[in-house]
Amino acid sequence: MSHVVVSRLCKVLVLGALLAIHAPAGAQQAKPIKIGFVTFLSGPAAGPFGVPTKVAAEAIVESLNAGSAPPPHNARGFGGAPVELVFIDEAGGPAKQVSEFRNLVERQGVDFVIGYISSGDCLAVAPVAEEMKKLTVLFDCGTPRVFEEAKYKYVFRTRPHATMDAVAAAMYLLEKHPGIKNYAGINQNYAWGQDSWNDFSSAMSVMRPQVEITTSQMPKFGAGQYGAEISALLASNSNVIHSSLWGGDLEAFMVQAGPRGLFKKSALVLVGGEPYLHRLGSAIPDGTIVGARGTHGVFAPDGPLNTWLKAIYNAKTKVEPNYPAYDAAAGILGLKTAYEAAKLKKLSSSIPMGENKGVKEEMAKAYNLGPSQEEIIAAFEGSTFQTPSGRMRMALGKGHQVISGTAYGTTKLVNGQVTVVNIRQYPAETVQPPDGIASLDWIKAGMKTKK
Amino acid sequence: MNQLPAVLIDGLLAASMMFIIAVGLTLIYGVMKILNVAHGSLYALGAYAAATFVGKWLAGGHPPMASYALLVAAAIVVGLVAGPVIERGLLRHMYGRDEVVLVLVTYAVFLILEDFTKLLFGVDPLLVAEPYGLLGNIELGELTYPTYGFALVGVALVVGLVLAYVVNKTRAGKILRAVIHDREMSAAVGINVGRVYLITFTVGAMLAALGGALSAPTTSVQPGIGAEKIVLAFAIVVIGGLGSLGGAALGALIVGIVQAAAVHWKPELELFSVYIVMAIVLIVRPKGLFAIPEARKI
Repeated sequence: MSHVVVSRLCKVLVLGALLAIHAPAGAQQAKPIKIGFVTFLSGPAAGPFGVPTKVAAEAIVESLNAGSAPPPHNARGFGGAPVELVFIDEAGGPAKQVSEFRNLVERQGVDFVIGYISSGDCLAVAPVAEEMKKLTVLFDCGTPRVFEEAKYKYVFRTRPHATMDAVAAAMYLLEKHPGIKNYAGINQNYAWGQDSWNDFSSAMSVMRPQVEITTSQMPKFGAGQYGAEISALLASNSNVIHSSLWGGDLEAFMVQAGPRGLFKKSALVLVGGEPYLHRLGSAIPDGTIVGARGTHGVFAPDGPLNTWLKAIYNAKTKVEPNYPAYDAAAGILGLKTAYEAAKLKKLSSSIPMGENKGVKEEMAKAYNLGPSQEEIIAAFEGSTFQTPSGRMRMALGKGHQVISGTAYGTTKLVNGQVTVVNIRQYPAETVQPPDGIASLDWIKAGMKTKK
Repeated sequence: MNQLPAVLIDGLLAASMMFIIAVGLTLIYGVMKILNVAHGSLYALGAYAAATFVGKWLAGGHPPMASYALLVAAAIVVGLVAGPVIERGLLRHMYGRDEVVLVLVTYAVFLILEDFTKLLFGVDPLLVAEPYGLLGNIELGELTYPTYGFALVGVALVVGLVLAYVVNKTRAGKILRAVIHDREMSAAVGINVGRVYLITFTVGAMLAALGGALSAPTTSVQPGIGAEKIVLAFAIVVIGGLGSLGGAALGALIVGIVQAAAVHWKPELELFSVYIVMAIVLIVRPKGLFAIPEARKI
């Protein structure tokens, strides 16, 4: 190994240690980083989604600012700079969110925006983030259209898109119910419900073309009453019912369908059922196939980051974090990783090679300034980062869209508690299309894995 | 299987719930000429109050059968508190103004109550499903229906018959009809119009809350449920004819059966089915099916 390589390696190691432990001599207290965090604080999505993400974001930022997160996220705040969150309510629809985004950037002067649970809001805000040149991290919405229909420089998404939910559900269903002859669906009549049903039914028709669809029910979002839909599902005599219902709609459907004996006739696949396991308890029948839209919650791998998230979340709410809370963690930790990588690179390049003079001053200057947005974007693109749900990789959308594995399992009531058994993990590449291929095209072409 | 019986039963069950809500809306409009947008919030308050009362009752280990009385009690409490507060505190200062102004005022009340509900009950959905299954099930062919749904049909019938009796066969009903016909003349002959308005609005609020309270065991009580119901209730009273009790009953039945038919036979049309029917009715009878003929005043 040459002298130069050894010298550079030592420098990177020293700088890494400095980032993790303390600021260099001469560095002032770093300016706080202000992040706009947009999530549902009111409306039907607040209870199961928005509030858990807010609680998780607060707990994570408190822990990061205290420097108490486990490695590799143990540097205080973002690379030594404390983080402040500005919460905005996502309720009100895409037009309102565009206005709120502009307010966050122009009036509140946030450094970054992390947010958006609704796919409609993601599609509306992404072009505005690009226009306003503000680094924005989409942390929970699922529509594949964000990066399949447009290219962005300033927009990143730290959760995989929804195609993997449907594809893995079909794989798991066929593995556990090989004799299935037909199936039905009940999904909300808007982007998420329609996409989920289209992806699932397309995947099923590719993997098992002879399996028939009996009925596809598409009630209005927030309908709350499903009497006729349940009758139609009962009359269809389907082996299996696929559902991407969520929030109060899912709870109402389960409460109404259980007493009518629907789940004695048909097995149930709940694509995003994980957050409701504890709330619904025994209303979820044994044998229900549930997913968490990633390796979150009960599907999360054991490890220090998962233990950490559970502990800090539990300290605030006395309950376990659900999958939106894990998504919030991925959003914050993905941005932190990119920020610190960019800062490390900046510090590294600020040291005049081969000279001792001015090293301290240059380092302090670089440390206080922090990386520019362009430098963070460069570090974020194509990056990998560790989260409580495992390792995430920015592999799609020209390095702006995460892929990760996912998992499905089957519910089993044990001593009055809903547990998930027969968990099956699916590697990222087997349930998501390669970069540059639209999800539905990939499914219809046979879901081939890139060699 | 032949789906027609299922369509009719599903339609009837849905109609009974919607009638209880819509009849309060049409009563208030018929007497006070106020299209009460806040009716949806009163529905939500009824649902939240019922879920809270029943939740606490069941958590205390009390007999579950008494929870039905609590559902009704919740509606009465909400109606008796919210009705007079809104009518005496706000609406009575607006009488005589344009109907559009009154719609805007009740819309403001709707927005205030939506936030008030969140403040009071939080944003987490409430679930109190126990009363839904407590009465057992009824098997009709291949389909199973909870008896609770048929009990609601009974409640809707009782509500409709009692209202029809009071309006058409009692002295109070005659006074009410006099106020509906001509408010100023009624006041001139000594009828206390203000009291009639107060009682009408309170009864209307109670019916909205009763709809919410009785639906609470069948659904997840969550923020936003009022907005969904007020839209459907408007469609029902517009189809039936604003201010008509019989119109509200027929409108609810039409909406219930049309929605159920769409779900069974053309699920992709379910979202628009009610509004297609509403558009057709308005083309044929612009004031609704049971619109009361009005003498032109000179």
